[in-house]
Amino acid sequence: MLNKIKNLKSTTKVDFATYFGVIVAFIVITILMNQGMLKRAHVGMLVPICSYITMAVALNLVVGISGELSLGHAGFMSIGAFTGVIAAMSLTSAIPSEPIRLAVAMVVAAVCSGAAGAVIGIPVLRLRGDYLAIVTLAFGEIIKELMNCLIVGHDSEGLHIIFNYNGSKSVEDLHMLTDGAVIVKGAQGTVNVDTISTFAAGFVLVMVTLVIVLNLVRSRSGRAILACRDNRIAAESVGINVTSYKMMAFVTSAALAGAAGALYGLNFSSMQATKFDFNQSILVLVFVVLGGLGNIWGSIIAATVLYILPEALREVADLRMLVYAIVLIVVMLATNSPAVKNVLSKILPKRRKEMD
Amino acid sequence: MKKLIAMLMALVLCFGLVACGGGSSDDADTADTAAAFKIGCTGPLTGDAAIYGQAVKYGLEIAIEEVNALGGIQLELQYEDDVADGETALNAYNKLIDDGMQIFAGTVTSGAGQAVAPQAYEDQIFMLTPSASSPEVVEGKDNVFQVCFTDPNQGSASATYIKENMGDKTIAVIYRNDDAYSQGIRDTFAAQAATEGLNVVYEGTFTKDTATDFSVQLTAAQAAGADVLFLPIYYQPASVILAQADAMGYAPIFFGVDGMDGILTMEGFNTELAEGVMLLTPFSADAEDELTKNFVAKYQALAGETPNQFAADAYDVIYVIYNALNEAGCTADMSYTEICEALKSTIVNMSYTGLTGSDMTWAATGEVTKMPTAVIIENGVYVGA
Amino acid sequence: MEFLSYLISGISLGSVYAIIALGYTMVYGIAKMLNFAHGDVIMVGGYISFCAMSYLDLPWPIAVLLAMLVCTVLGVVIEGLAYKPLRQATSLAVLITAIGVSYFLQNAALLIFGATPKVYTPIISGTLKLFGGQLSISYVSLVTIAACIVIMIALTLFTDKTKMGKAMRACSEDKGAAQLMGINVNGTISLTFAIGSALAAVAGVLLCSSYPTLMNTTGSMPGIKAFTAAVFGGIGSIPGAFLGGILLGIIESLAKAYISTQLANSIVFGVLIVILLVRPAGLLGKYVPEKV
Repeated sequence: MLNKIKNLKSTTKVDFATYFGVIVAFIVITILMNQGMLKRAHVGMLVPICSYITMAVALNLVVGISGELSLGHAGFMSIGAFTGVIAAMSLTSAIPSEPIRLAVAMVVAAVCSGAAGAVIGIPVLRLRGDYLAIVTLAFGEIIKELMNCLIVGHDSEGLHIIFNYNGSKSVEDLHMLTDGAVIVKGAQGTVNVDTISTFAAGFVLVMVTLVIVLNLVRSRSGRAILACRDNRIAAESVGINVTSYKMMAFVTSAALAGAAGALYGLNFSSMQATKFDFNQSILVLVFVVLGGLGNIWGSIIAATVLYILPEALREVADLRMLVYAIVLIVVMLATNSPAVKNVLSKILPKRRKEMD
Repeated sequence: MKKLIAMLMALVLCFGLVACGGGSSDDADTADTAAAFKIGCTGPLTGDAAIYGQAVKYGLEIAIEEVNALGGIQLELQYEDDVADGETALNAYNKLIDDGMQIFAGTVTSGAGQAVAPQAYEDQIFMLTPSASSPEVVEGKDNVFQVCFTDPNQGSASATYIKENMGDKTIAVIYRNDDAYSQGIRDTFAAQAATEGLNVVYEGTFTKDTATDFSVQLTAAQAAGADVLFLPIYYQPASVILAQADAMGYAPIFFGVDGMDGILTMEGFNTELAEGVMLLTPFSADAEDELTKNFVAKYQALAGETPNQFAADAYDVIYVIYNALNEAGCTADMSYTEICEALKSTIVNMSYTGLTGSDMTWAATGEVTKMPTAVIIENGVYVGA
Repeated sequence: MEFLSYLISGISLGSVYAIIALGYTMVYGIAKMLNFAHGDVIMVGGYISFCAMSYLDLPWPIAVLLAMLVCTVLGVVIEGLAYKPLRQATSLAVLITAIGVSYFLQNAALLIFGATPKVYTPIISGTLKLFGGQLSISYVSLVTIAACIVIMIALTLFTDKTKMGKAMRACSEDKGAAQLMGINVNGTISLTFAIGSALAAVAGVLLCSSYPTLMNTTGSMPGIKAFTAAVFGGIGSIPGAFLGGILLGIIESLAKAYISTQLANSIVFGVLIVILLVRPAGLLGKYVPEKV
């Protein structure tokens, strides 16, 4: 058994270690939770953390592995969150079991968001570099404004949807029957949502995401995606269809972001479309860059730590976001500046050798 | 490798802070719980909406100091930043519960309130919000109450007032459509305007991202011939609208709601622009009664500026809680569910006169009944209309 | 007539975007980095000039000069502390650092100046009335447009004719080769940041004069819009930034007037996407094909 592990490729070892780490973390936290050793504040953060981990891993697939900077991933999270909530709320009577309803909602969200990813990916992936980045930013902002115009209700006749593009419609225009409930109320966002997301569901989503992303990356397609990132022209010259592989990564990432959005949306009684703005996209991008481009377990840890950090900094109250900004700058300088790198490698020569 | 080290450093820092943070507040708990009720509140102290959160914080602090000086029931405030965001607000709320909060005096904004109120309902902790005015915040929750008007209340009151006083005029509306407060008022205004038969000729919107330039909306309203411009928005964009309308030479009757209060006290604002602006507001910092004068003086000493209605609502929240606690005979060693049981039956039977209204009463649904008064701005001060 | 006034409000909005975009495009052209903190330098410029005029009672030209001076120093300091150590790092690392700087400036301003928005006194007030008052243009808009054109011409002359300008263009083409030719690359980049930040101060004054509220997030959305404008016109191109800014303003204004005020931003971004699909390097940008 030990020999078998030793003979594995180093990437495979890292992958197994990642799965193992996530499972151990889940078990430990569940035990602590059942023993009542976690505070409310910590328990409350578990589901959002799972959803941000999924977001970070999904975005890493685009930014780190496929090498395209996306500044609009919150848009996919938004699509997933709203479609997920709408699906879950309108299926309340059809599927009484909460876990199944949550799973169905996540699948619906992933499909819708993946479809949006495909539609957006076709124009976006024709562009390069910073132009691509600005177009993803543009799509993110467009999705935010479109979602803000949605008014949705559900009654025994089915779904009622209004797209309130000129600001003159309101909930009354849905003309719902008396047994109906409003799900999305324009600027007020989703209202009275059943919060069916659980930490266990979050754990399953993270595991599924890891399985999908890690298997994709280590597969033939994954190697093609990496080749496109490292040298597009060389990849093209050996017959790799660059656009279709980039598309594969982009759509997968969008679908996973959608599922993360559904988990997120169903964790809160109410959320607004304006939540998923440019800053939200940047937040997730920071997770990815700080965790290391292409480094999946790095994204997981970075998402967890950086989510907890502002909450932990509550003690310094007014200085909270200032300290967060400073930590961000210092960590970026520490990990990327050649001067700091030299100092570190002098202090830690031994460990460095072992790792290599 | 270096990344790993950096991450580990960050991790250590992070958990270090959690650990010492948790530790210190625990110590505080054991020392104080016997003596004082712990009041918690969440509101934005950073981000775009920070101005409202800070106003509420000062309002709460002033009232708590006064109440504690009375020598009866003692109160203690813990205030957490929520960036006006539901997710952060819920995290902050959970932390407050961990730290032993007994009464929840939040949230400041409606969006955050909609996310937190269902949790407060589930926990059965008494929640009295100063300024989360969306009806969704209180709907279907027997333990959640508001001190501010609900949005529909203001929207229909505005429509009725306009009908009664200038019913034959043409009306334009400019509102912010990505804001629950603004859209909530607009929706009920529109519904009431339709029943009253008001002549609404133009409706323009803006979002957080386009809140700097209103020349297009104003030109369109002018072209549509609107005599009255209804602005169910906060005072900051309203100040820009007034300035731009003035520059264009467009001078309709401006009609605002309680969010407009505060416009006269903006640093650098030319109050001549607001001449003739009408608004429905429960609070006016220029009022001559002792209560208001005392509050304004204390607020100015603490914050260095004139209070707006958010601060006044927050001040009233503390006194309502104080009166209700006295009436119900609660003691500081009771759990939050016991306090909640006592308070929610007390508050519906009491009446309170404070900064933002006299003889305020609460329905079991959580909404407050108080009359908005229409005021008009003349020579830089509010005058009863 | 209404169309004309929509057009004019579009041009005045656009000229504010353009002036911010000029700073963005300068920095991008040389340093090849998206300086997300640019919008916040604008906000700092706004606050400095506000304080100079309101608290110190200085006349506005001195206030503007003071703001330019402070922002220039700030720009060079930011560049030296946060961006210079990352010269060799990936562009993403620099981007995240820039975002960190942006958060830092916003929250520092919140602590210093408080959350209450300040009402900015425009440096020039008054309105020019045409056609018997049916059409009005504020003097601030005229000044902004004039300033924008002057700055654009000055920058073009500077980069084309002066030695330092040529050094800048050399750095933007190829840093390694420029270094071999004896150009001080680090110094040139610092100079670019200094110029870009001074422009940001001017932009701050004009932005706040046109839309007179000032708070700690004042710069962020105009910053993003101006960045969009710079890409629209072809990032790195000075006339492109001007053209992009003006067009963006006009599209936004007309979209609000004739299509939907709700979706004005979406329409602006939608046009951007279409333009980039037709001309992948923006309107006036050079498309450089990749070489093997």
